[in-house]
Amino acid sequence: MLDKIWLIPALPLIGVLINGLFGRYIEKINKNIIHWVACGTVFLSFVITFIIFIQLLGFAPEDRLYEYTLFNWISSGVLQTSIAYQADPLSIFMCLFVTGVGFLIHIYSIGYMAHDEGRYYRYFTYLNLFMFSMINLVLANNFLLMFLGWEGVGLCSYLLIGFWFSKEENAIAGKKAFITNRVGDFCFIIAMLMLFCGLGEHGIWSFRFSQIFPNVHLLSPEMITVICLLFFAGCTAKSAQIPLYIWLPDAMAGPTPVSALIHAATMVTSGIYMVVRSNILFSLSPTALCVIAWTGALTALLAASIGLVQNDIKKVLAYSTVSQLGYMFLALGVGAFTAGIFHVLTHSFFKALLFMCAGSVIHAMSGEQDMRFMGGLRNKTPITFWTMAIGTIAIAGIPPFAGFFSKDEILWKTFASGNILLWIIGAVAAGMTAFYMSRLMFMTFFNNCRASDEVKHHIHESPRTMTVPLMVLACLSIIGGFLNVPHALKYIAIFGEEKAHHFLDPVIGLGPDKILQKAGHEIAHQASHATAHHSLSLEYGLMLLSITIALAGISIAYMMYIKKKDWPEKLASRFCTLHKVVFNKWYVDELYAFLFVRPFHVLSNFFWKGIDVPIIDGMVNGIARIVLWSSTVLRHVQTGQLQSYAISVIFGTLLLMFYYYFHVDL
Amino acid sequence: MAEMQDINLYLFLSAIMFIIGAAGAITRRNAIVVFMCIEIMLCSSSLLFIVFGRATRTFDGTFMIMFIMTVAAVEAAIGLAIFILMYRKTGSIDLDKFNIMKW
Repeated sequence: MLDKIWLIPALPLIGVLINGLFGRYIEKINKNIIHWVACGTVFLSFVITFIIFIQLLGFAPEDRLYEYTLFNWISSGVLQTSIAYQADPLSIFMCLFVTGVGFLIHIYSIGYMAHDEGRYYRYFTYLNLFMFSMINLVLANNFLLMFLGWEGVGLCSYLLIGFWFSKEENAIAGKKAFITNRVGDFCFIIAMLMLFCGLGEHGIWSFRFSQIFPNVHLLSPEMITVICLLFFAGCTAKSAQIPLYIWLPDAMAGPTPVSALIHAATMVTSGIYMVVRSNILFSLSPTALCVIAWTGALTALLAASIGLVQNDIKKVLAYSTVSQLGYMFLALGVGAFTAGIFHVLTHSFFKALLFMCAGSVIHAMSGEQDMRFMGGLRNKTPITFWTMAIGTIAIAGIPPFAGFFSKDEILWKTFASGNILLWIIGAVAAGMTAFYMSRLMFMTFFNNCRASDEVKHHIHESPRTMTVPLMVLACLSIIGGFLNVPHALKYIAIFGEEKAHHFLDPVIGLGPDKILQKAGHEIAHQASHATAHHSLSLEYGLMLLSITIALAGISIAYMMYIKKKDWPEKLASRFCTLHKVVFNKWYVDELYAFLFVRPFHVLSNFFWKGIDVPIIDGMVNGIARIVLWSSTVLRHVQTGQLQSYAISVIFGTLLLMFYYYFHVDL
Repeated sequence: MAEMQDINLYLFLSAIMFIIGAAGAITRRNAIVVFMCIEIMLCSSSLLFIVFGRATRTFDGTFMIMFIMTVAAVEAAIGLAIFILMYRKTGSIDLDKFNIMKW
């Protein structure tokens, strides 16, 4: 089955072709065919991925790498690149939940988009194209093909965010996402080419991972740092970190399943995947890791603080995503690559769940997204309520739900790396997460319904296609954490301890150390060494502390939104300025508008009116005007008098005769 | 020597005929006169063919004459037809009035 790995990306592409080329006609005949094609192809991809996963497990850990070349893609001198896929623990691990969660979201979309007439086929085409790009990104065995997927998800996010483009703000949100991503993609290209040329100097002209990574120590440390920082700049755009996170909250303009697919489970994780894939490279640059850790921690804090006061249910979740991504980068920054990837996994379960629950709520509320007009949905939409409660507990980090294990591991690794300040930031952000998620729950599902009577009348539980994926994801959110139970908690490890860690070891664990020894570099991440110095009791203590923080966050939310409902307003008026600043997202958008957007506008205006119109257009129009003017003058030669033409013929002949007779040089 | 002089005379005659024809074609206004002037020019060139044919003692020149005469006959037929149409349209065959070939 390993040689069928190319089918995993190919199947969604077939879906794209069928729905994209013929969807318009199919939709008129029978709408069901469209979603059968779309979901079916993704499901088959998932099945193949799963089979390959099982096969990989059958190999010895160090043999778990299989590369399959489909065909030669670019062949130009030293540059030889193929469309080639690789199955190794990391790529299959990512691919499993990309296709798995992606499939569930496809199913959910059937119910959610059922009322969208005439654009149904387009929606599923984009969704499949997105799956194709994302699978390309994670399965590629070289940077160039990975970049194809990297760009592809950017394109699809643009298409899907602006899906309801007839409303201008949606179109603008799509544009914002695309342009912000372009900034990051540009850095990615530079980093990729620097890596290519840098290794080329040592005779290794290749984009292939298996040829690049064993040789990265040949590069100078400064070069590695620059490459890493540029790669990370690419990640900040795709994975929504400071300073390029601004597009993600606006991306909520798209349909809710899209938010779940792109902005929770798959696309935003591509940056983390990229860093983990290049972990050998990043391990060689302590500076880059430090930058990543701090950026991650600050993003986690900043986004969580904004999430505290937002009223739009999807905005809260969006900022929560940004904040959780910050956590993942924090983990990567302190060298805990497995912890980061593990949080990607659990996060994809509970964040997809939360987004889809939010979609279900919005569906029930006839499109209302403002939480101030919700409330009391607990009894009317019981499935949504319970699944969302599970998601909330999971993200808040209460054991034994998935979020606890992954988040706690990140915090523990951060603490163990010795940087207490980073740990404090992480812990505070964890408390904030618990608070704003419970706030969302209490405002949406408890108290009395604050909606208008008309909306109230319509409130109903969502159809089966929407609730079943919710339940599946809820189950995964409960048990997902047990895939990687830390050593300290081995008593509850039903699947065995640190499973994911061992599985990913061939890609992550030993690689850098070996290379570092070979190159004689300082070891960049001390996490694995530092861990040994801390005692078990400290780990238990920190675990208890983080649970306490989470519980504190939940109970504060309970106090403020159930018991003393006037507190939020009192607090808001007490800290008027602070509330205003946070509510307006720290004025980051305005700052960017002032720093980049407006100067860019002015510059573009100058180039338009100062350079383009007078000079470029002037040149083109000027040539046309010269031709026009000279022909108005010259047309008088054409009198229409037959005999004047005859004269000119005769004189011409005479001139020629003179020329040949006297050999005059005219 | 005597023959060379003969040729020069013929050439001179041909040149004069050609110039007369050209001058008439340029200056005269009546279409039929212009047409006749053009025929004179044709004749002058025919004369050249005959002369050179004789000088080189071949029949090539004579053959060319046959072609030129054919063309001249065809020209006359078409030209007269055009003049009749011109006359029907405007009531005159004055070339100055026909400047519709402008632009």
